Amino acid sequence: MKFEGTQEYVATPELRMAVNAAIALQRPLLLKGEPGTGKTMLAEQLAASLDTQLIQWHIKSTTKAHQGLYEYDAVSRLRDSQLGVDKVHDISNYIVKGKLWEAFTADKPVVLLIDEIDKADIEFPNDLLLEIDRMEFFVYETQERIVARHRPIILITSNNEKELPDAFLRRCFFHYIDFPDRDTMMDIVDVHYPDIKKDLVREALDVFFDVRKVPGLKKKPSTSELIDWLKLLMADEIGPEALRNTDTSKAIPPLYGALLKNEQDVQLLEKLAFMSRRKG
Amino acid sequence: MLIDFFQTVRKARVPCSIREYLDLVAAVKAHLAFADLDDFYALARLCLVKDEKHYDKFDKAFGAYFRGLDEVPDFLTETNIPDDWMRKEFERMLSEEDMAKIESMGGLDKVLDEFKKRLEEQKKRHQGGNKMIGTGGTSAFGANGYNPEGIRIEQGRSRHKKAVKVWDQRNYKDLDDSIELGIRNVKVALRRLRKFARQGATEELDMDDTISSTARNAGFLDIKMVPERHNAVKVLLFFDIGGSMDPHVRVCEELFSAARTEFKHMETFYFHNCLYESVWKNNIRRMNERTETWDILRKYGPDYKVIFVGDAMMAPYEVSHVGGSVEHWNDEPGGVWMQRMAEHYDKLVWLNPAPESYWGQGGSLGMIRSIVEDRMYPLTLEGLEAAMRELSK
Repeated sequence: MKFEGTQEYVATPELRMAVNAAIALQRPLLLKGEPGTGKTMLAEQLAASLDTQLIQWHIKSTTKAHQGLYEYDAVSRLRDSQLGVDKVHDISNYIVKGKLWEAFTADKPVVLLIDEIDKADIEFPNDLLLEIDRMEFFVYETQERIVARHRPIILITSNNEKELPDAFLRRCFFHYIDFPDRDTMMDIVDVHYPDIKKDLVREALDVFFDVRKVPGLKKKPSTSELIDWLKLLMADEIGPEALRNTDTSKAIPPLYGALLKNEQDVQLLEKLAFMSRRKG
Repeated sequence: MLIDFFQTVRKARVPCSIREYLDLVAAVKAHLAFADLDDFYALARLCLVKDEKHYDKFDKAFGAYFRGLDEVPDFLTETNIPDDWMRKEFERMLSEEDMAKIESMGGLDKVLDEFKKRLEEQKKRHQGGNKMIGTGGTSAFGANGYNPEGIRIEQGRSRHKKAVKVWDQRNYKDLDDSIELGIRNVKVALRRLRKFARQGATEELDMDDTISSTARNAGFLDIKMVPERHNAVKVLLFFDIGGSMDPHVRVCEELFSAARTEFKHMETFYFHNCLYESVWKNNIRRMNERTETWDILRKYGPDYKVIFVGDAMMAPYEVSHVGGSVEHWNDEPGGVWMQRMAEHYDKLVWLNPAPESYWGQGGSLGMIRSIVEDRMYPLTLEGLEAAMRELSK
């Protein structure tokens, strides 16, 4: 099994190395990077290119580690006992499988995505140490040991909202997805819009990287915003001339709404544009 | 195998353990990287480094360790270097005289810096031609022709060289925010801060709702849960940097690195002596990347808790007068800006690293103190406790 990027996903050599090392040495791969650099997308594309299933576990602030293993639905068992339902005698009827269990018992190695692990409580990663290390866990209610039939390929993403514990980090490989440089960006645009006019892309990228350079933006536009913006530009048939337009009346880029998601950022850009106009 | 490399990385204070080292060995054994330095760089970083803030330290260590190794293939594979230049380079590389010359110029590092500077200038004038380094090689700086950067930088931007550039460019410098905690006070402060920042994900039983819904459910149990109350504390930090604060900067940065992990929202800004119409987030680019103080007041609501860290030792006119700033012309006195902050944020404290006995009553310190309504605390255990108590009131 080797990952080489796919038709829809441009992977840098470093990223390919990271994924392949994680597959070869059977370690979870922890991915960080600016939002919109394709962390979650990587899992989808990896599953597609290895022709296997993708199991996604999205973490929320209330998610707890054991929910990934299993949950014992005691409340419905209690209710069933009050109602006199027959299945109440077998406790396994009330064990709800979690995502890890699902991944452990799949027929072939699957890709398991643990998305945004930093959203959970700080103890969350620690609670998963043993399971990730040994790929097995114990169900106390049924006295059953669940062992992975095939080690799943585990991808974990984090947006850096919380620091992860050392013990957990030691068990993972870590890769920081850099913001793509110009050439990679061109490749990415190529992959998404093969027929887009070359000069339009060039002008758009100029504008895009200029906007990213503006200091103090609350949210810098990222790859996914660029792709959306290009889509709009194409739909509106705005030519490269319009983008190059540095004249006075329209100093902020057309359809900026796709690039900047935040009112303050738009105001900031307008203000800067106004100031540069005064200077000019 | 690779033990020296591992030691070098550890010496650069990248936290990595035996486990990571064994991972790397296993990965090399699995032939994930073979006879390619770029691949090895990616692989080693993947295995040994677990946080992007350590990337910069790792790059430095990697560069230092492989400086010698890397250079040989560089010479052999590049064909666009004039032959005679190359031969000379080899001669130089091994000569002992050169080493002596370097020593006489005040050590390798200094020479390297100077050499890089020259290289920069050459690049500007010659658009990437590599002749100039050749001639540069005959100057004093040619002596360090064995510095791989000297060659690498000029060799254009082929894809093949990318990783080399990555670790020499040190792209991740800004991400490195770790200053090790040394002083006990700050460690204890960390615990203090955590106390009021900790948030749990647990849910708790909502007794009232459970009882009423069970009753409505004709006696069948219907359990209701509510999320536990969170304590999501948002903090703005302002550090005084430069001038009289320099002896304290280290202490402050320790506090900063301790606090970094403790809050969901924490923003750090720097100012010099007194708060004026703009602050900055990155000390290197303080002159061109500034944030307006008005923007801060607008962007961060009054629910933020504000902590100033500074010694408040300055000339009184820096607080009270228009144009009083030592760095620039300020249209409004610093005191007005401090006043605005104090009005906007009711949870505001000023931590002062200078010992309380030096504070006195008058001067700039007294003025600041009265603006923050006496909420100035020394940067000691007791002071921090009092400050945190004030903030969490």
